[in-house]
Amino acid sequence: MNSRARILLSVLGVVLVLLPAFAGNYVISVATLILYFAFVGQAWNVMMGFAGQLSLGHSLYVGVGAYVSAAMFVNLGIAPWAGLWVAILVCMALGAAIGFLAFRFGISGVYFALLTIAFAEFTRIGFDHIEWTGGSGGLFLKVAQREQMDLLNFRGPPAMYYYAILALAAGALAICAWLLKSRAGYYWQAIRENEEAAQALGINTFRYKMIAVLISSAMTAVSGVFFAFYYNNLFPEQIFHISRSIEIILGPIIGGIGTLFGPILGAFVLTVLADSITEVLAYFGVEVPGIKQVFYGVVLLMVVMFLPHGIWPTLARKLGVTKS
Amino acid sequence: MSLLEARSISKSFRGLKAVANASLEVPQGGIVALIGPNGAGKTTCFNMIAGVFAPDSGEILFGGKRIDGLRPDQICVAGIGRTFQIVKPFAGLSVLDNVIVGAFNRTKHLSEASRSASDILDRLGLGPKRDLPASSLTLPDRKRLEVARALATRPTLLLLDEVMAGLRPTECDLMVEVFRELNAKDGLTILLIEHVMRAVMALARHIVVLHHGEIIARGTPQEVVRDPAVLECYLGEETEV
Repeated sequence: MNSRARILLSVLGVVLVLLPAFAGNYVISVATLILYFAFVGQAWNVMMGFAGQLSLGHSLYVGVGAYVSAAMFVNLGIAPWAGLWVAILVCMALGAAIGFLAFRFGISGVYFALLTIAFAEFTRIGFDHIEWTGGSGGLFLKVAQREQMDLLNFRGPPAMYYYAILALAAGALAICAWLLKSRAGYYWQAIRENEEAAQALGINTFRYKMIAVLISSAMTAVSGVFFAFYYNNLFPEQIFHISRSIEIILGPIIGGIGTLFGPILGAFVLTVLADSITEVLAYFGVEVPGIKQVFYGVVLLMVVMFLPHGIWPTLARKLGVTKS
Repeated sequence: MSLLEARSISKSFRGLKAVANASLEVPQGGIVALIGPNGAGKTTCFNMIAGVFAPDSGEILFGGKRIDGLRPDQICVAGIGRTFQIVKPFAGLSVLDNVIVGAFNRTKHLSEASRSASDILDRLGLGPKRDLPASSLTLPDRKRLEVARALATRPTLLLLDEVMAGLRPTECDLMVEVFRELNAKDGLTILLIEHVMRAVMALARHIVVLHHGEIIARGTPQEVVRDPAVLECYLGEETEV
């Protein structure tokens, strides 16, 4: 990172930390959403962007993370800080099961992606029938007293959620930056580029692909816990749906797969522009159902056609924050 | 004592015998060339040694220990580095990062891996291109990158699969010089598959000739090039005109 990149990153950090001081609730809620997608996009990017393993079922970890922590809170009164760890462990176990099945038996590429979809889908159907978590009728958390801050139970004003997800997104960025410069980061990229050559260079490809899946599923589990306590209601039909998985991966793809800032930039572009379009149309009294999805499609199409590596690599060059 | 010893290894692909009862030895500190016409089973031999697949029968010993049946990464860790005939660069990574991946085989620290990778690149004349993406390299440079990556894993035995193919004679001589130096100064043992006889004759002290999966001749370069069986398989049988 050069000095210019450091300055820009510091300015961004200061603006984000001070945001609740001068922004209204609407802006904070949009910013929270952006950071949420940045965080979960970062988690997905560890698997696909770094290690080259395409998951199209990341809603599985969001949903299971959300359900585990929320059900423990609602049914057993266990605070989310404890439930978080259980959620992480359960999601890592699921990730390990999927990873083991796939990597042990040489399932890769499109077939691996299909396997991840399958797991997310049958978990969705399974949760429809689990009484303890409310079945298909959904699981509801008591709506927070928005004025009171209850850190122990993670209930509080919008700014609390904003700072929580800001810390998570910043933490994920730091972890990913460190990972990329570690031996694991180099090994993942080698596996992504050419698995056979990677193995010939002494890389235990099974082990390193498993590590990527475990880290990614653990991070995504955390995003699920956040999701549950921020939105307060969970339905299997929504949270495990494949459209949720697609939503997660749009940000990194549009921002730049495998880059550190791609997921953040992609989340920003998608959320802000999609919201603006809805607002502008609403201003003119036009309400088009599904306009957001159409917009996502158009942006994805443009990026794939004109910036196949995503927006970030090009933008980074324009800003003068990369070497070349 | 021989560093590598293959004892009557065989491998068939769906009934097609690619290698049959081949035995070969590579002495510690030696340079051995494996030659033979296309389809003779040379690369199959390499792949068995490097762990891509296990031999159907026979055994392979490296430093006195059996290595047949181990995975490629275990064999690399044990000290055998290899290059691929069809080059497999990590196209999206820089030249330096390609070699750093190999160097991580012997260290956990990026700074150390980066230093040893830079040294190897300089040695192979790729130093000025270290920051370029590997995808931008020409074929001769990609061959050199294959060698650099394999060397970065710090092998005691280096398997070279046609690294001279496509090189100009002067480039070929430069490579030969690099391998000679690695062999003399660092004590690196080399087993190479090669079609370019200029390189084989300059490097190898011992040649093994493979034809239709069977070893038909072995000996010093001078002996082998005069062997009637070798001449026959390369040029055809001598007939009266």
